[in-house]
Amino acid sequence: MNPTSKKTLLEPILVNNPVTIQILGICSALAVTTNLKTALTMSLAVTFVITFSNIGVSLIRKIIPGSIRMIVEMTIIAALVIVVDQFIKAFSYNLSKELSVFVGLIITNCIVMGRAEAFAIKHNVLESTLDGLGNGIGYSAVLLIVAFFRELFGFGTIFGFTVLKTVSNGGWYIPNGLLVLSPGAFFLIAALIWIIKTYNKDLLDKE
Amino acid sequence: MSNDSIFKTLAVATGLCVVCAIIVSVAAVFLKEKQDANKLFDKQVNILKAAGLVEATSKPDAKTVAELFQKVETVVVDLTTGEVVADADPAKAEVAPFVPVDKSVDVADIKKRQEQVIVYRVNDEEGGLETLVLPIFGKGLWSTMYGFLSLKSDLQTVAHITFYDQGETAGLGGEIANPRWTAKWEDKQAIDNEGKPVILVAKGNVDQASPTVNQQVDGISGATLTGKGVTNTVTYWLGENGFGPYLKNLKAAN
Repeated sequence: MNPTSKKTLLEPILVNNPVTIQILGICSALAVTTNLKTALTMSLAVTFVITFSNIGVSLIRKIIPGSIRMIVEMTIIAALVIVVDQFIKAFSYNLSKELSVFVGLIITNCIVMGRAEAFAIKHNVLESTLDGLGNGIGYSAVLLIVAFFRELFGFGTIFGFTVLKTVSNGGWYIPNGLLVLSPGAFFLIAALIWIIKTYNKDLLDKE
Repeated sequence: MSNDSIFKTLAVATGLCVVCAIIVSVAAVFLKEKQDANKLFDKQVNILKAAGLVEATSKPDAKTVAELFQKVETVVVDLTTGEVVADADPAKAEVAPFVPVDKSVDVADIKKRQEQVIVYRVNDEEGGLETLVLPIFGKGLWSTMYGFLSLKSDLQTVAHITFYDQGETAGLGGEIANPRWTAKWEDKQAIDNEGKPVILVAKGNVDQASPTVNQQVDGISGATLTGKGVTNTVTYWLGENGFGPYLKNLKAAN
């Protein structure tokens, strides 16, 4: 892989992460991270949608009229999201019930639209695919980290398997109520940003 | 021709719409059957759990569910008269329009309900009633909670309760869906001898010295308001504005 492609793929995961650095897609990062199963499903769904919307937009970038550029991107994204939603409903009904509207809301996830508008419309298909994948994985990484802590300390389980037996199920562990609620995710994301910025001083705001 | 000419704009828009429409409809049409099967399966599992035919914590497979569901009789009931609607089609009853509920009697804050409701009977060998599964719904703290409440053959004692769809606070109010909590309802007295609903979710643990200890369920700590919602829901549906008339008729017929 040539260095530019590598950078396109890896940068959004490690350096310019869409959630922790660009602070995009926070809504779903709060909503679906109470447990790892929903977070993983959401991660896969978003990665799929970003990658293919980038491919779609990139494929027709030379014929998209400027005046309807954004609505064209939106249509592609919406179609992909509906397909993903239908698949989850058909093959994982219980998860679709837990995710409820949040799969549909991928349409409004700023990361997807952002990548289409900022990258795919100007780059070739290969680069756009890598960019989509990279951003999808970057988003997924944050979601899974947040979900890991929320599920472990909020419910005492990991992927539904009991690790810390909670009091309400006859064990000893008193779950942390804060992590179960949305603000818990805010604190975790803030802590992540703190850690990242501590180790990568380039990201600090210039005084 | 420039990309921005009217013709090209229309052409791109039309082309894109057609392509997207085809992709979406193909996915929707091909997956519909499986989705409907999922929905039905999910509902049947919930009814079976409420009827006590499968364990609340188990994950039965499709074959077991289909087999067990043979034992369940579907009955359409008119709430106001309390009569069984003899030749009603359950599929039609399910999609019947909702009508407003009078505010003065709407203790469960449901606002609207169907006039004819599907209930499920589990019968013993002679066709006598073993368990009666009633659909219930009502407002909790944040969300409308949907579930089933089943009564034993005396039509006064709770067999089981389940909540299959609710959006209460996860870990607090959301614990109403926890089988460990719903198990506490079993064998409690829901309706007194006069036919009045008496069961309630206590605030905190039930006072064991209370004379009505058999009519109270331990509250979930941190979920007092959700518990109140559950009490209201059960009170409404078992009361005279809910299944009361039907239960009375059933009792008279026994």
